[in-house]
Amino acid sequence: MDHGEKRLMDKNQETLFVRLIPFFERYGILLLILIMIAVLHLLQPDVFLSWRNVTNIFKQVSWQSMLALGVFMVIVTAGIDLSVGSIIMLSLMGLAIASKAGMPWYVVMLVAPAIGFLCGMFNGIGITLLRMPHPFIMTLGTLYIFRGIGNLISGGVPITGFAEQIRVIGNGKIKLDAFFGEGAREYIPTSLILMIVIFFIFWVFLNHTRIGKWIYAIGGNPGAARAAGINVDRILIVVYTLCGFLAGIGGLILAGRTNSAYPNAGLQSELDAIAAVIIGGASFFGGRGTVLGVFAGVMIMGILRNGLNLMNVSVFWQQVLIGSIIILAVYIDVLRRQLATRT
Amino acid sequence: MSDNLVLEAKSVSKFFGTITALQNVDLHLNKGEVLGVVGDNGAGKSTLMKVLSGLYKPSEGSLFFDKEKVTLNSPRDSQNLGLEMVYQDLALAGNLPIGDNIFLGREPTRKVGPFNFLDHKKRKQLTEEHLAKLKINVKSADQKVEELSGGQRQAVAIARATAFNAKIVLMDEPTAALAVKEVGKVLDLILNLKKLGVSVIVISHRMDDIFTVCDRVMALFQGTNFAESELKNTSRDEVIGWIMGKKD
Repeated sequence: MDHGEKRLMDKNQETLFVRLIPFFERYGILLLILIMIAVLHLLQPDVFLSWRNVTNIFKQVSWQSMLALGVFMVIVTAGIDLSVGSIIMLSLMGLAIASKAGMPWYVVMLVAPAIGFLCGMFNGIGITLLRMPHPFIMTLGTLYIFRGIGNLISGGVPITGFAEQIRVIGNGKIKLDAFFGEGAREYIPTSLILMIVIFFIFWVFLNHTRIGKWIYAIGGNPGAARAAGINVDRILIVVYTLCGFLAGIGGLILAGRTNSAYPNAGLQSELDAIAAVIIGGASFFGGRGTVLGVFAGVMIMGILRNGLNLMNVSVFWQQVLIGSIIILAVYIDVLRRQLATRT
Repeated sequence: MSDNLVLEAKSVSKFFGTITALQNVDLHLNKGEVLGVVGDNGAGKSTLMKVLSGLYKPSEGSLFFDKEKVTLNSPRDSQNLGLEMVYQDLALAGNLPIGDNIFLGREPTRKVGPFNFLDHKKRKQLTEEHLAKLKINVKSADQKVEELSGGQRQAVAIARATAFNAKIVLMDEPTAALAVKEVGKVLDLILNLKKLGVSVIVISHRMDDIFTVCDRVMALFQGTNFAESELKNTSRDEVIGWIMGKKD
Protein backbone atom coordinates (compact mmCIF):
# COMPACT_ATOMS: atom_id res chain seq x y z
CA MET A 1 0.00 0.00 0.00
CA ASP A 2 2.71 2.37 1.11
CA HIS A 3 4.75 1.47 -1.90
CA GLY A 4 1.80 1.99 -4.23
CA GLU A 5 1.15 5.48 -2.84
CA LYS A 6 4.74 6.44 -3.30
CA ARG A 7 4.65 5.34 -6.90
CA LEU A 8 1.49 7.36 -7.43
CA MET A 9 3.23 10.46 -6.12
CA ASP A 10 6.23 9.90 -8.33
CA LYS A 11 3.84 9.64 -11.20
CA ASN A 12 2.22 12.97 -10.38
CA GLN A 13 5.55 14.71 -10.20
CA GLU A 14 6.43 13.27 -13.56
CA THR A 15 3.25 14.25 -15.34
CA LEU A 16 4.51 17.46 -16.93
CA PHE A 17 7.73 15.78 -17.98
CA VAL A 18 5.92 12.72 -19.28
CA ARG A 19 3.46 14.91 -21.13
CA LEU A 20 6.34 16.64 -22.86
CA ILE A 21 7.81 13.35 -24.12
CA PRO A 22 5.61 13.00 -27.22
CA PHE A 23 6.30 16.63 -28.03
CA PHE A 24 10.06 16.05 -27.91
CA GLU A 25 9.66 12.81 -29.76
CA ARG A 26 8.09 14.68 -32.64
CA TYR A 27 9.84 18.03 -32.62
CA GLY A 28 12.92 17.54 -30.47
CA ILE A 29 15.13 17.14 -33.48
CA LEU A 30 13.91 20.39 -35.03
CA LEU A 31 14.69 22.04 -31.71
CA LEU A 32 18.22 20.68 -31.97
CA ILE A 33 18.60 22.23 -35.42
CA LEU A 34 17.38 25.59 -34.13
CA ILE A 35 19.91 25.45 -31.30
CA MET A 36 22.70 24.60 -33.74
CA ILE A 37 21.70 27.50 -35.97
CA ALA A 38 21.55 29.88 -33.02
CA VAL A 39 24.97 28.85 -31.71
CA LEU A 40 26.63 29.06 -35.12
CA HIS A 41 25.02 32.41 -35.76
CA LEU A 42 26.47 33.72 -32.50
CA LEU A 43 29.91 32.34 -33.36
CA GLN A 44 29.89 33.53 -36.98
CA PRO A 45 27.38 36.40 -37.07
CA ASP A 46 28.42 37.78 -40.46
CA VAL A 47 28.86 34.54 -42.37
CA PHE A 48 26.74 31.67 -41.15
CA LEU A 49 23.26 33.00 -41.92
CA SER A 50 24.31 34.84 -45.05
CA TRP A 51 22.37 33.98 -48.18
CA ARG A 52 25.47 32.59 -49.81
CA ASN A 53 26.31 30.25 -46.96
CA VAL A 54 22.75 28.99 -46.46
CA THR A 55 22.28 28.20 -50.15
CA ASN A 56 25.67 26.54 -50.07
CA ILE A 57 24.53 24.21 -47.31
CA PHE A 58 21.40 23.28 -49.26
CA LYS A 59 23.37 22.65 -52.45
CA GLN A 60 25.74 20.42 -50.52
CA VAL A 61 23.03 18.36 -48.79
CA SER A 62 20.75 18.06 -51.81
CA TRP A 63 22.57 15.09 -53.36
CA GLN A 64 23.37 13.54 -49.99
CA SER A 65 19.75 13.78 -48.95
CA MET A 66 18.74 11.56 -51.88
CA LEU A 67 20.97 8.79 -50.55
CA ALA A 68 19.67 9.28 -47.02
CA LEU A 69 16.03 9.13 -48.15
CA GLY A 70 16.61 5.86 -50.02
CA VAL A 71 18.61 4.28 -47.22
CA PHE A 72 15.89 5.40 -44.80
CA MET A 73 13.24 3.34 -46.58
CA VAL A 74 15.55 0.35 -46.58
CA ILE A 75 16.25 0.77 -42.86
CA VAL A 76 12.51 0.98 -42.15
CA THR A 77 12.24 -2.58 -43.53
CA ALA A 78 15.02 -3.53 -41.08
CA GLY A 79 17.45 -3.81 -43.98
CA ILE A 80 20.55 -1.90 -44.99
CA ASP A 81 22.00 -0.64 -48.27
CA LEU A 82 25.76 -0.13 -48.31
CA SER A 83 25.97 0.26 -52.08
CA VAL A 84 24.35 3.70 -52.55
CA GLY A 85 27.71 5.51 -52.61
CA SER A 86 28.82 3.23 -55.43
CA ILE A 87 25.48 3.56 -57.23
CA ILE A 88 25.87 7.35 -57.25
CA MET A 89 29.35 6.97 -58.77
CA LEU A 90 28.26 4.42 -61.37
CA SER A 91 25.23 6.48 -62.43
CA LEU A 92 27.45 9.58 -62.60
CA MET A 93 29.93 7.74 -64.84
CA GLY A 94 27.12 6.39 -67.01
CA LEU A 95 25.75 9.90 -67.40
CA ALA A 96 29.20 11.24 -68.29
CA ILE A 97 29.77 8.57 -70.94
CA ALA A 98 26.34 9.16 -72.45
CA SER A 99 27.15 12.86 -72.50
CA LYS A 100 30.56 12.31 -74.13
CA ALA A 101 28.93 10.03 -76.71
CA GLY A 102 26.95 13.08 -77.81
CA MET A 103 23.50 11.94 -76.78
CA PRO A 104 20.88 14.68 -76.45
CA TRP A 105 20.64 16.22 -72.96
CA TYR A 106 17.21 14.74 -72.15
CA VAL A 107 18.58 11.22 -72.73
CA VAL A 108 21.70 12.00 -70.68
CA MET A 109 19.44 13.22 -67.89
CA LEU A 110 17.55 9.92 -67.79
CA VAL A 111 20.69 7.78 -67.76
CA ALA A 112 21.64 8.39 -64.12
CA PRO A 113 18.24 7.59 -62.53
CA ALA A 114 17.85 4.61 -64.88
CA ILE A 115 21.22 3.15 -63.85
CA GLY A 116 20.36 3.74 -60.19
CA PHE A 117 17.01 2.02 -60.72
CA LEU A 118 18.64 -1.06 -62.24
CA CYS A 119 21.36 -1.24 -59.57
CA GLY A 120 18.74 -1.03 -56.82
CA MET A 121 16.63 -3.69 -58.48
CA PHE A 122 19.71 -5.92 -58.70
CA ASN A 123 20.18 -5.50 -54.94
CA GLY A 124 16.52 -6.26 -54.24
CA ILE A 125 16.45 -9.35 -56.42
CA GLY A 126 19.66 -10.62 -54.83
CA ILE A 127 18.31 -10.17 -51.32
CA THR A 128 14.95 -11.84 -52.00
CA LEU A 129 15.27 -14.34 -54.85
CA LEU A 130 18.84 -15.46 -54.11
CA ARG A 131 17.83 -15.56 -50.43
CA MET A 132 20.97 -13.81 -49.20
CA PRO A 133 21.10 -14.23 -45.42
CA HIS A 134 21.25 -10.46 -44.83
CA PRO A 135 21.04 -7.33 -47.04
CA PHE A 136 24.39 -6.28 -45.54
CA ILE A 137 26.14 -9.02 -47.49
CA MET A 138 24.42 -8.44 -50.84
CA THR A 139 24.95 -4.68 -50.75
CA LEU A 140 28.51 -5.01 -49.46
CA GLY A 141 29.16 -7.10 -52.56
CA THR A 142 27.53 -4.59 -54.88
CA LEU A 143 29.39 -1.74 -53.13
CA TYR A 144 32.54 -3.17 -54.73
CA ILE A 145 30.88 -4.34 -57.95
CA PHE A 146 29.18 -1.05 -58.88
CA ARG A 147 32.25 1.10 -58.21
CA GLY A 148 34.40 -1.40 -60.10
CA ILE A 149 32.07 -1.22 -63.11
CA GLY A 150 32.09 2.58 -62.88
CA ASN A 151 35.87 2.58 -63.12
CA LEU A 152 35.88 -0.02 -65.89
CA ILE A 153 33.56 1.99 -68.15
CA SER A 154 35.35 5.29 -67.50
CA GLY A 155 38.89 3.94 -67.44
CA GLY A 156 39.27 5.29 -63.91
CA VAL A 157 39.70 8.89 -64.99
CA PRO A 158 37.43 11.91 -64.45
CA ILE A 159 35.15 13.02 -67.27
CA THR A 160 34.15 16.68 -67.28
CA GLY A 161 31.87 19.05 -69.11
CA PHE A 162 28.11 18.49 -69.35
CA ALA A 163 25.26 20.23 -71.17
CA GLU A 164 23.79 23.35 -69.56
CA GLN A 165 20.46 21.56 -68.96
CA ILE A 166 22.25 19.00 -66.76
CA ARG A 167 24.16 21.65 -64.86
CA VAL A 168 20.96 23.51 -64.01
CA ILE A 169 19.76 20.63 -61.81
CA GLY A 170 22.69 20.75 -59.42
CA ASN A 171 23.86 24.30 -59.84
CA GLY A 172 20.90 26.27 -61.19
CA LYS A 173 19.68 29.46 -59.57
CA ILE A 174 16.18 30.77 -59.37
CA LYS A 175 16.69 34.53 -59.26
CA LEU A 176 14.72 36.54 -56.76
CA ASP A 177 14.88 39.87 -58.54
CA ALA A 178 11.16 40.28 -57.93
CA PHE A 179 11.74 40.37 -54.16
CA PHE A 180 15.14 41.95 -53.84
CA GLY A 181 15.20 44.33 -56.80
CA GLU A 182 16.91 44.18 -60.19
CA GLY A 183 20.31 42.49 -60.20
CA ALA A 184 19.99 41.11 -56.67
CA ARG A 185 22.43 38.37 -55.70
CA GLU A 186 19.89 36.44 -53.66
CA TYR A 187 18.60 33.24 -55.27
CA ILE A 188 17.13 29.82 -54.52
CA PRO A 189 19.11 26.79 -55.75
CA THR A 190 17.21 24.55 -58.18
CA SER A 191 18.50 21.53 -56.28
CA LEU A 192 16.74 22.74 -53.11
CA ILE A 193 13.40 22.83 -54.92
CA LEU A 194 14.06 19.38 -56.36
CA MET A 195 14.94 18.04 -52.90
CA ILE A 196 11.77 19.45 -51.34
CA VAL A 197 9.59 18.03 -54.13
CA ILE A 198 11.14 14.57 -53.87
CA PHE A 199 10.91 14.51 -50.08
CA PHE A 200 7.26 15.51 -50.32
CA ILE A 201 6.52 12.76 -52.87
CA PHE A 202 8.15 10.14 -50.67
CA TRP A 203 6.39 11.46 -47.58
CA VAL A 204 3.08 10.92 -49.38
CA PHE A 205 4.24 7.51 -50.60
CA LEU A 206 5.24 6.27 -47.13
CA ASN A 207 2.33 7.75 -45.16
CA HIS A 208 -0.60 7.73 -47.53
CA THR A 209 -0.32 4.63 -49.73
CA ARG A 210 -0.81 0.97 -48.98
CA ILE A 211 2.69 0.03 -50.09
CA GLY A 212 4.09 2.68 -47.74
CA LYS A 213 2.10 1.20 -44.87
CA TRP A 214 3.32 -2.29 -45.78
CA ILE A 215 6.94 -1.09 -45.74
CA TYR A 216 6.47 -0.10 -42.09
CA ALA A 217 4.61 -3.34 -41.36
CA ILE A 218 7.46 -5.43 -42.79
CA GLY A 219 9.88 -3.55 -40.55
CA GLY A 220 7.64 -4.12 -37.53
CA ASN A 221 6.95 -7.81 -38.02
CA PRO A 222 7.58 -9.51 -41.39
CA GLY A 223 5.64 -12.55 -40.17
CA ALA A 224 2.55 -10.43 -39.55
CA ALA A 225 2.92 -8.85 -42.99
CA ARG A 226 3.09 -12.28 -44.58
CA ALA A 227 0.09 -13.53 -42.58
CA ALA A 228 -1.81 -10.47 -43.84
CA GLY A 229 -1.23 -11.66 -47.40
CA ILE A 230 1.43 -9.08 -48.24
CA ASN A 231 4.04 -10.25 -50.74
CA VAL A 232 7.03 -9.29 -48.63
CA ASP A 233 9.66 -10.15 -51.25
CA ARG A 234 7.98 -7.99 -53.87
CA ILE A 235 7.77 -5.02 -51.51
CA LEU A 236 11.45 -5.43 -50.60
CA ILE A 237 12.41 -5.38 -54.28
CA VAL A 238 10.38 -2.17 -54.70
CA VAL A 239 12.16 -0.60 -51.70
CA TYR A 240 15.70 -1.43 -52.85
CA THR A 241 14.86 -0.36 -56.40
CA LEU A 242 13.56 3.00 -55.18
CA CYS A 243 16.66 3.38 -53.02
CA GLY A 244 18.87 2.84 -56.07
CA PHE A 245 16.69 5.18 -58.12
CA LEU A 246 17.12 7.94 -55.53
CA ALA A 247 20.89 7.38 -55.54
CA GLY A 248 20.71 7.80 -59.33
CA ILE A 249 18.92 11.13 -58.87
CA GLY A 250 21.67 12.02 -56.41
CA GLY A 251 24.17 11.23 -59.18
CA LEU A 252 22.31 13.56 -61.53
CA ILE A 253 22.38 16.40 -58.98
CA LEU A 254 26.06 15.80 -58.29
CA ALA A 255 26.80 15.88 -62.04
CA GLY A 256 25.21 19.29 -62.26
CA ARG A 257 26.95 20.57 -59.16
CA THR A 258 30.48 19.50 -60.02
CA ASN A 259 30.22 19.43 -63.82
CA SER A 260 32.33 16.31 -63.75
CA ALA A 261 32.26 12.58 -63.06
CA TYR A 262 35.17 11.40 -60.95
CA PRO A 263 36.25 8.00 -59.62
CA ASN A 264 35.94 9.00 -55.95
CA ALA A 265 32.42 10.39 -56.27
CA GLY A 266 30.20 9.27 -53.41
CA LEU A 267 33.03 7.46 -51.65
CA GLN A 268 31.85 6.62 -48.11
CA SER A 269 28.69 8.65 -48.65
CA GLU A 270 26.66 5.51 -47.80
CA LEU A 271 27.96 5.93 -44.24
CA ASP A 272 26.93 9.59 -44.18
CA ALA A 273 23.49 8.53 -45.38
CA ILE A 274 23.14 5.89 -42.66
CA ALA A 275 24.37 8.42 -40.07
CA ALA A 276 21.79 10.99 -41.17
CA VAL A 277 18.99 8.41 -40.98
CA ILE A 278 20.02 7.29 -37.49
CA ILE A 279 20.45 10.85 -36.22
CA GLY A 280 17.00 11.54 -37.69
CA GLY A 281 15.49 9.06 -35.25
CA ALA A 282 14.90 5.97 -37.38
CA SER A 283 15.33 2.63 -35.64
CA PHE A 284 18.02 0.35 -36.98
CA PHE A 285 15.72 -2.57 -36.15
CA GLY A 286 13.10 -1.34 -38.59
CA GLY A 287 9.54 -0.05 -38.50
CA ARG A 288 10.32 3.34 -37.00
CA GLY A 289 11.26 6.74 -38.40
CA THR A 290 9.83 9.61 -40.41
CA VAL A 291 10.67 11.41 -43.64
CA LEU A 292 10.84 14.68 -41.70
CA GLY A 293 13.34 13.04 -39.37
CA VAL A 294 15.54 12.07 -42.30
CA PHE A 295 15.44 15.63 -43.57
CA ALA A 296 16.42 16.85 -40.12
CA GLY A 297 19.21 14.29 -39.89
CA VAL A 298 20.58 15.39 -43.24
CA MET A 299 20.39 19.05 -42.22
CA ILE A 300 22.17 18.39 -38.91
CA MET A 301 25.05 16.69 -40.73
CA GLY A 302 25.15 19.49 -43.31
CA ILE A 303 25.00 22.36 -40.82
CA LEU A 304 27.58 20.71 -38.58
CA ARG A 305 30.06 20.21 -41.42
CA ASN A 306 29.48 23.72 -42.72
CA GLY A 307 29.78 25.29 -39.28
CA LEU A 308 32.97 23.44 -38.47
CA ASN A 309 34.44 24.44 -41.82
CA LEU A 310 33.60 28.09 -41.14
CA MET A 311 35.32 27.80 -37.77
CA ASN A 312 38.36 26.26 -39.45
CA VAL A 313 38.05 23.08 -37.43
CA SER A 314 40.18 20.34 -38.93
CA VAL A 315 38.54 17.53 -40.88
CA PHE A 316 39.87 15.07 -38.35
CA TRP A 317 38.00 16.78 -35.51
CA GLN A 318 34.91 16.84 -37.71
CA GLN A 319 35.07 13.07 -37.96
CA VAL A 320 35.37 12.73 -34.19
CA LEU A 321 32.42 15.09 -33.66
CA ILE A 322 30.10 13.46 -36.17
CA GLY A 323 30.83 10.05 -34.71
CA SER A 324 30.09 11.34 -31.23
CA ILE A 325 26.82 12.86 -32.36
CA ILE A 326 25.65 9.57 -33.84
CA ILE A 327 26.30 7.80 -30.55
CA LEU A 328 24.76 10.62 -28.53
CA ALA A 329 21.63 10.77 -30.71
CA VAL A 330 21.04 7.05 -30.34
CA TYR A 331 21.74 7.16 -26.61
CA ILE A 332 19.14 9.91 -26.14
CA ASP A 333 16.74 7.68 -28.04
CA VAL A 334 17.53 4.80 -25.69
CA LEU A 335 16.84 7.01 -22.66
CA ARG A 336 13.61 8.28 -24.14
CA ARG A 337 12.40 4.75 -24.82
CA GLN A 338 13.22 3.78 -21.24
CA LEU A 339 11.14 6.68 -19.95
CA ALA A 340 8.26 5.86 -22.23
CA THR A 341 8.01 2.25 -21.06
CA ARG A 342 8.30 3.14 -17.36
CA THR A 343 4.80 4.62 -17.07
CA MET B 1 -28.72 -29.46 -35.47
CA SER B 2 -27.45 -30.49 -38.87
CA ASP B 3 -29.34 -27.59 -40.49
CA ASN B 4 -26.92 -25.19 -38.86
CA LEU B 5 -23.76 -27.01 -39.92
CA VAL B 6 -21.11 -24.50 -41.06
CA LEU B 7 -17.99 -26.66 -41.02
CA GLU B 8 -17.38 -30.36 -41.14
CA ALA B 9 -14.31 -32.58 -41.41
CA LYS B 10 -14.91 -36.22 -42.34
CA SER B 11 -12.34 -38.93 -41.50
CA VAL B 12 -9.40 -36.60 -41.96
CA SER B 13 -5.94 -38.16 -41.74
CA LYS B 14 -2.60 -36.43 -41.95
CA PHE B 15 0.71 -38.25 -42.34
CA PHE B 16 4.17 -36.70 -42.16
CA GLY B 17 6.39 -39.39 -43.63
CA THR B 18 5.98 -42.36 -41.30
CA ILE B 19 4.38 -40.28 -38.54
CA THR B 20 0.60 -40.30 -38.27
CA ALA B 21 -0.50 -36.94 -36.87
CA LEU B 22 -4.23 -37.48 -37.45
CA GLN B 23 -6.14 -40.70 -38.09
CA ASN B 24 -9.73 -40.62 -39.36
CA VAL B 25 -10.68 -37.57 -37.32
CA ASP B 26 -14.23 -36.19 -37.57
CA LEU B 27 -15.26 -32.71 -36.52
CA HIS B 28 -18.38 -30.65 -36.97
CA LEU B 29 -19.27 -27.11 -36.01
CA ASN B 30 -22.65 -25.36 -35.94
CA LYS B 31 -23.53 -21.74 -36.48
CA GLY B 32 -22.91 -19.66 -33.36
CA GLU B 33 -21.42 -22.61 -31.52
CA VAL B 34 -18.23 -22.59 -29.48
CA LEU B 35 -16.39 -25.89 -29.71
CA GLY B 36 -13.54 -26.68 -27.35
CA VAL B 37 -10.80 -28.97 -28.59
CA VAL B 38 -8.63 -30.52 -25.89
CA GLY B 39 -5.82 -33.03 -25.85
CA ASP B 40 -2.31 -33.58 -24.61
CA ASN B 41 0.71 -32.17 -26.43
CA GLY B 42 1.07 -34.04 -29.70
CA ALA B 43 -2.55 -35.20 -29.72
CA GLY B 44 -3.03 -33.50 -33.10
CA LYS B 45 -4.99 -30.36 -32.13
CA SER B 46 -2.77 -27.87 -33.93
CA THR B 47 -2.42 -30.14 -36.96
CA LEU B 48 -6.21 -30.38 -37.17
CA MET B 49 -6.51 -26.56 -37.04
CA LYS B 50 -3.91 -26.22 -39.76
CA VAL B 51 -5.84 -28.65 -41.94
CA LEU B 52 -9.07 -26.69 -41.36
CA SER B 53 -7.41 -23.38 -42.22
CA GLY B 54 -5.81 -24.74 -45.38
CA LEU B 55 -2.20 -24.47 -44.21
CA TYR B 56 -1.86 -28.28 -44.44
CA LYS B 57 -3.56 -30.45 -47.02
CA PRO B 58 -5.18 -33.53 -45.48
CA SER B 59 -3.61 -36.81 -46.62
CA GLU B 60 -7.05 -38.43 -46.55
CA GLY B 61 -10.58 -37.32 -45.84
CA SER B 62 -12.56 -34.25 -46.85
CA LEU B 63 -13.72 -30.85 -45.65
CA PHE B 64 -17.15 -29.29 -46.02
CA PHE B 65 -17.96 -25.60 -45.68
CA ASP B 66 -21.69 -24.94 -45.49
CA LYS B 67 -22.18 -28.58 -46.47
CA GLU B 68 -20.24 -28.15 -49.68
CA LYS B 69 -17.10 -30.16 -50.24
CA VAL B 70 -14.06 -27.93 -50.67
CA THR B 71 -10.35 -28.29 -51.36
CA LEU B 72 -8.17 -25.71 -49.63
CA ASN B 73 -4.84 -24.88 -51.24
CA SER B 74 -3.82 -22.09 -48.87
CA PRO B 75 -5.12 -20.08 -45.89
CA ARG B 76 -6.33 -17.55 -48.49
CA ASP B 77 -8.90 -20.10 -49.68
CA SER B 78 -10.33 -20.66 -46.20
CA GLN B 79 -10.37 -16.89 -45.58
CA ASN B 80 -12.45 -16.46 -48.71
CA LEU B 81 -14.89 -19.00 -47.29
CA GLY B 82 -15.17 -16.97 -44.07
CA LEU B 83 -12.73 -18.87 -41.84
CA GLU B 84 -10.07 -16.91 -39.96
CA MET B 85 -7.29 -18.20 -37.75
CA VAL B 86 -5.96 -16.31 -34.72
CA TYR B 87 -2.33 -17.30 -34.51
CA GLN B 88 -0.68 -18.20 -31.23
CA ASP B 89 2.14 -15.71 -31.92
CA LEU B 90 -0.62 -13.17 -32.75
CA ALA B 91 0.90 -11.99 -36.08
CA LEU B 92 0.65 -8.28 -35.26
CA ALA B 93 3.08 -5.48 -36.14
CA GLY B 94 3.85 -3.77 -32.82
CA ASN B 95 5.06 -0.55 -34.43
CA LEU B 96 1.68 0.07 -36.09
CA PRO B 97 -1.51 1.37 -34.48
CA ILE B 98 -4.47 -0.91 -33.73
CA GLY B 99 -6.43 0.18 -36.79
CA ASP B 100 -3.52 -0.39 -39.14
CA ASN B 101 -3.09 -3.90 -37.78
CA ILE B 102 -6.75 -4.79 -38.11
CA PHE B 103 -6.81 -3.67 -41.74
CA LEU B 104 -3.25 -4.68 -42.69
CA GLY B 105 -3.26 -5.90 -46.28
CA ARG B 106 -6.90 -4.85 -46.72
CA GLU B 107 -6.67 -1.11 -46.08
CA PRO B 108 -9.59 1.06 -47.14
CA THR B 109 -8.46 3.50 -49.84
CA ARG B 110 -9.88 6.40 -51.78
CA LYS B 111 -9.11 7.36 -55.33
CA VAL B 112 -7.54 10.73 -56.12
CA GLY B 113 -7.10 10.96 -59.85
CA PRO B 114 -5.25 7.83 -60.96
CA PHE B 115 -3.84 7.16 -57.49
CA ASN B 116 -5.16 5.17 -54.55
CA PHE B 117 -4.46 6.78 -51.21
CA LEU B 118 -5.11 5.38 -47.77
CA ASP B 119 -8.40 6.53 -46.34
CA HIS B 120 -7.25 7.27 -42.77
CA LYS B 121 -10.62 8.63 -41.72
CA LYS B 122 -12.54 5.63 -42.93
CA ARG B 123 -10.06 3.18 -41.39
CA LYS B 124 -10.35 4.92 -38.06
CA GLN B 125 -14.14 4.96 -38.22
CA LEU B 126 -14.38 1.28 -39.22
CA THR B 127 -11.90 0.36 -36.47
CA GLU B 128 -13.87 2.18 -33.81
CA GLU B 129 -17.14 0.65 -34.98
CA HIS B 130 -15.67 -2.82 -35.03
CA LEU B 131 -14.05 -2.48 -31.60
CA ALA B 132 -17.34 -1.18 -30.20
CA LYS B 133 -19.24 -4.06 -31.74
CA LEU B 134 -16.92 -6.53 -30.03
CA LYS B 135 -16.95 -4.40 -26.83
CA ILE B 136 -13.16 -4.11 -26.87
CA ASN B 137 -11.96 -1.20 -24.73
CA VAL B 138 -8.78 0.61 -25.72
CA LYS B 139 -7.71 4.19 -25.18
CA SER B 140 -7.68 4.97 -28.87
CA ALA B 141 -7.71 3.19 -32.21
CA ASP B 142 -4.46 5.03 -32.93
CA GLN B 143 -2.61 3.41 -30.05
CA LYS B 144 0.38 1.34 -31.10
CA VAL B 145 0.01 -2.39 -30.52
CA GLU B 146 3.35 -2.59 -28.67
CA GLU B 147 1.87 -0.31 -26.00
CA LEU B 148 -0.96 -2.75 -25.29
CA SER B 149 -1.17 -5.48 -22.68
CA GLY B 150 -1.14 -9.13 -23.70
CA GLY B 151 -4.89 -9.38 -23.35
CA GLN B 152 -5.49 -6.27 -25.43
CA ARG B 153 -3.17 -7.65 -28.11
CA GLN B 154 -5.13 -10.88 -28.13
CA ALA B 155 -8.30 -8.80 -28.49
CA VAL B 156 -6.78 -6.91 -31.44
CA ALA B 157 -5.78 -10.22 -33.05
CA ILE B 158 -9.35 -11.46 -32.66
CA ALA B 159 -10.71 -8.13 -33.95
CA ARG B 160 -8.42 -8.49 -36.96
CA ALA B 161 -9.70 -12.00 -37.62
CA THR B 162 -13.33 -10.91 -37.48
CA ALA B 163 -13.12 -7.55 -39.25
CA PHE B 164 -14.26 -8.96 -42.55
CA ASN B 165 -17.36 -10.84 -41.51
CA ALA B 166 -15.71 -14.10 -40.60
CA LYS B 167 -18.21 -16.88 -39.98
CA ILE B 168 -15.73 -19.22 -38.32
CA VAL B 169 -12.80 -18.27 -36.07
CA LEU B 170 -10.12 -20.74 -34.97
CA MET B 171 -8.16 -19.85 -31.83
CA ASP B 172 -5.07 -21.70 -30.72
CA GLU B 173 -4.55 -21.25 -26.97
CA PRO B 174 -6.04 -17.71 -26.86
CA THR B 175 -5.38 -17.29 -23.13
CA ALA B 176 -2.07 -19.11 -22.77
CA ALA B 177 0.19 -16.06 -22.55
CA LEU B 178 -2.15 -13.83 -20.53
CA ALA B 179 -2.20 -12.46 -17.01
CA VAL B 180 -5.01 -13.93 -14.93
CA LYS B 181 -7.09 -10.74 -14.87
CA GLU B 182 -6.97 -10.49 -18.67
CA VAL B 183 -8.20 -14.01 -19.34
CA GLY B 184 -11.75 -13.05 -18.44
CA LYS B 185 -11.82 -10.25 -21.00
CA VAL B 186 -10.75 -12.55 -23.81
CA LEU B 187 -13.32 -15.14 -22.77
CA ASP B 188 -16.02 -12.41 -22.76
CA LEU B 189 -14.91 -11.54 -26.26
CA ILE B 190 -15.40 -15.13 -27.39
CA LEU B 191 -18.92 -15.13 -25.90
CA ASN B 192 -19.56 -11.86 -27.75
CA LEU B 193 -18.58 -13.46 -31.04
CA LYS B 194 -20.99 -16.27 -30.31
CA LYS B 195 -23.79 -13.74 -29.75
CA LEU B 196 -22.96 -12.20 -33.11
CA GLY B 197 -23.51 -15.60 -34.72
CA VAL B 198 -19.85 -16.44 -35.28
CA SER B 199 -18.77 -20.03 -34.77
CA VAL B 200 -15.59 -20.50 -32.77
CA ILE B 201 -13.19 -23.38 -32.25
CA VAL B 202 -10.99 -22.92 -29.18
CA ILE B 203 -7.95 -25.02 -28.43
CA SER B 204 -7.11 -24.72 -24.76
CA HIS B 205 -5.39 -26.46 -21.90
CA ARG B 206 -7.34 -24.54 -19.31
CA MET B 207 -10.47 -26.20 -18.05
CA ASP B 208 -11.68 -22.77 -16.86
CA ASP B 209 -11.65 -21.53 -20.45
CA ILE B 210 -13.44 -24.58 -21.77
CA PHE B 211 -16.12 -24.57 -19.11
CA THR B 212 -16.72 -20.80 -19.40
CA VAL B 213 -17.20 -20.41 -23.13
CA CYS B 214 -17.78 -23.76 -24.83
CA ASP B 215 -21.04 -25.41 -25.80
CA ARG B 216 -19.38 -28.69 -26.64
CA VAL B 217 -15.99 -30.21 -26.08
CA MET B 218 -14.11 -32.85 -28.05
CA ALA B 219 -10.91 -34.61 -27.03
CA LEU B 220 -8.19 -35.88 -29.33
CA PHE B 221 -5.84 -38.61 -28.16
CA GLN B 222 -2.83 -39.72 -30.20
CA GLY B 223 -4.31 -38.30 -33.39
CA THR B 224 -7.77 -39.87 -33.09
CA ASN B 225 -11.23 -38.83 -31.86
CA PHE B 226 -11.29 -39.95 -28.26
CA ALA B 227 -14.41 -38.51 -26.70
CA GLU B 228 -16.97 -35.76 -27.26
CA SER B 229 -19.81 -34.32 -25.25
CA GLU B 230 -22.14 -31.39 -24.79
CA LEU B 231 -20.64 -29.35 -22.01
CA LYS B 232 -23.65 -29.75 -19.75
CA ASN B 233 -23.29 -33.53 -19.82
CA THR B 234 -19.71 -33.68 -18.62
CA SER B 235 -17.42 -32.48 -15.85
CA ARG B 236 -13.94 -31.09 -15.49
CA ASP B 237 -12.63 -34.30 -14.04
CA GLU B 238 -14.02 -36.29 -16.92
CA VAL B 239 -12.48 -33.97 -19.53
CA ILE B 240 -9.12 -34.02 -17.75
CA GLY B 241 -9.36 -37.81 -17.82
CA TRP B 242 -9.94 -37.70 -21.60
CA ILE B 243 -6.82 -35.60 -22.08
CA MET B 244 -4.83 -38.31 -20.29
CA GLY B 245 -6.51 -41.03 -22.31
CA LYS B 246 -8.81 -42.35 -19.59
CA LYS B 247 -12.49 -43.11 -20.14
CA ASP B 248 -14.92 -44.66 -17.68
